[in-house]
Amino acid sequence: MTQTAAARLATGAEAAPAPAAEPVLAVEDLQTYFYTRRGLLKAVDRVSFSVGAGETLAIVGESGCGKSITALSVMRLVPSPPGRIVGGSVRLRGRDLLRLSEEEMRQIRGNEISMIFQEPMTSLNPVLTIGNQISEALILHQDVSRKAAMERAVEMLRLVRIPEPERRAREYPHQLSGGMRQRAMIAMALACNPKVLLADEPTTALDVTIQAQILELILELQQRLGTAVVLITHDLGVVAETAQRVIVMYAGRKVEEADVTSLFDEPLHPYTRGLMGSIPRLDMPETGTKGADRLQEIPGMVPPLNALPPGCAFAPRCAMATEKCQAEYPPYRELRPGHWSACWHAERLMAGGA
Amino acid sequence: MLSYIIRRFLLMIVTLFGMSVLIFLLLRLMPGNVADILFDAGGYIDPAERAQIEAELGLDQPIVVQYVNWIGSLLRGDLGYSYITERPAIEEIAPRIPVTAQLALWALVFSVVFGVPLGVISAVRQNTALDYVLRLISLSGLSMPSFWLALLIIMFTVQYFGYIPIYTATPQSVWESLAMYAIPAAAVGFRSSALIMRLTRSSMLEVLRQDYIRTARSKGASENAVNYHHALRNAVLPVVTIIGIEAAFLIGGLIVTETVFNIPGVARFLVESILWRDYPIVQNLVMFIAVVVVVVNFVVDMLYAVLDPRIKYSD
Repeated sequence: MTQTAAARLATGAEAAPAPAAEPVLAVEDLQTYFYTRRGLLKAVDRVSFSVGAGETLAIVGESGCGKSITALSVMRLVPSPPGRIVGGSVRLRGRDLLRLSEEEMRQIRGNEISMIFQEPMTSLNPVLTIGNQISEALILHQDVSRKAAMERAVEMLRLVRIPEPERRAREYPHQLSGGMRQRAMIAMALACNPKVLLADEPTTALDVTIQAQILELILELQQRLGTAVVLITHDLGVVAETAQRVIVMYAGRKVEEADVTSLFDEPLHPYTRGLMGSIPRLDMPETGTKGADRLQEIPGMVPPLNALPPGCAFAPRCAMATEKCQAEYPPYRELRPGHWSACWHAERLMAGGA
Repeated sequence: MLSYIIRRFLLMIVTLFGMSVLIFLLLRLMPGNVADILFDAGGYIDPAERAQIEAELGLDQPIVVQYVNWIGSLLRGDLGYSYITERPAIEEIAPRIPVTAQLALWALVFSVVFGVPLGVISAVRQNTALDYVLRLISLSGLSMPSFWLALLIIMFTVQYFGYIPIYTATPQSVWESLAMYAIPAAAVGFRSSALIMRLTRSSMLEVLRQDYIRTARSKGASENAVNYHHALRNAVLPVVTIIGIEAAFLIGGLIVTETVFNIPGVARFLVESILWRDYPIVQNLVMFIAVVVVVVNFVVDMLYAVLDPRIKYSD
């Protein structure tokens, strides 16, 4: 496995585009497996990435690609059994989180690394007040009194621009709208001023108009607090607006990574191309004739992890696939400085241009 | 909220009225009255004497008149006289109530104190040896009749300790009360605690799968905080309902337990009175129990609103 060694070297050297001195969070060769009755599922298979302070890294892919499990692995919250982190390292400012005791890990969660979840409707405890739930993190991690924590919780609610924060803090989740709840989640996640924020599809469950507000809020607070953000999404529109670097995942592995401009200018993996082709665009040529302006889609679905093909996992759905793709998994190669792809035919994509 | 309470209160009155009719009718449907039972003991019936007794007790009047007489005097606070002892019914019933009330309370305490935490432990340690043992115990609790369990407890305690606390005099302190009632309360409460444990377990398992539990963990909350602060607060809601229902079922268990442990409580007295067709005692005692059950369930519903902020009783 020479290419994984190369990948490991690369993650260390890839700080080139946005030269943050040292990455806040560096994940290397992370492997999270699920031991189920249907067999061994490699949900996260040798994934590496790093994020610097104030930087945003997007992890993109369809449902079931291992994005969320990657984030949960960083938090060490993978449901176990059946899940287990079997290899790799997760370094937070040089400290390997996978080697910490559960007790030490609890000091990290919600304090140095926080997470925002996809479903604001179900991610808040229905029988505790909003203020109570925000102040909990503060009481756990900072030496503050209950009263001071509550005051700080109200401040956080004001920071995420919830009107009448004093009243809202005393209310219960069911009294808030979806957008409000996601704001409250953000307030909760940022209460202890974490170094890293993992946002797992934070806007997917929200109205389109609210989505933009929430993203703007996350970015603004990121700038203000210098947080490193890992944004998990399947929405490339969101990626283009927010991220500096992008990782594309497919069936538990990284298939492409680049800074956001290179990725959109010249995607070097057919899967990334497919994802981009399936975004509706207003400037699509209106040919007027039938069928020509049809939105492209990627045929088929992500293969179940217990039935991955022997070669490239994307081959069955790929228009460019050859016999070689079906036989052998492509190496993960750096094709342009900082632009990596795992495709046998990446050169053809380069030649073909964007 | 106030209008809800008023409506609930009116509904309680209607329920109790229905109960009173039911008790009254069922009691009259039972073959024989107190005169028959008295003569039955003697083996000889003198029709004239029998008619005289019935006339004295008002049992010869039409059933509707009898009912109205009963309810009328009940509303005036007059419970009538026991047919057997000829003492005021209130004097027969009142001293026995604290005995049963204490026993019932300890049984309820026993079932909650053991049922809820063991249910949580069983859920948190799902599919471990401990979980299997606890589930086996709770299953046996549900399937063991309480009279049999009570007899077993008596036999074992006497066999191994040579002693069992028996009811002698009214206990003077909480600790005396606990010492006296602990064993019979365990015998009655075992079934309820088994039920509460199973319910807590399944309710906890349901709650532990929720997204907000993951959120709590992501904040760095400890396992204990997650289980008892975040999860149990949600999981306890259906358990509270069951506690209200169990309070009613407890009466049935108490009859057996008071008999086996020879406790001079209300439940055993009720059975004796039914056998004698002592209408004033039976009617009024069952009404009293009905009031207790209705009030307990009302309190449980109110408690629900306190525990679950999503429930608001409004118009």
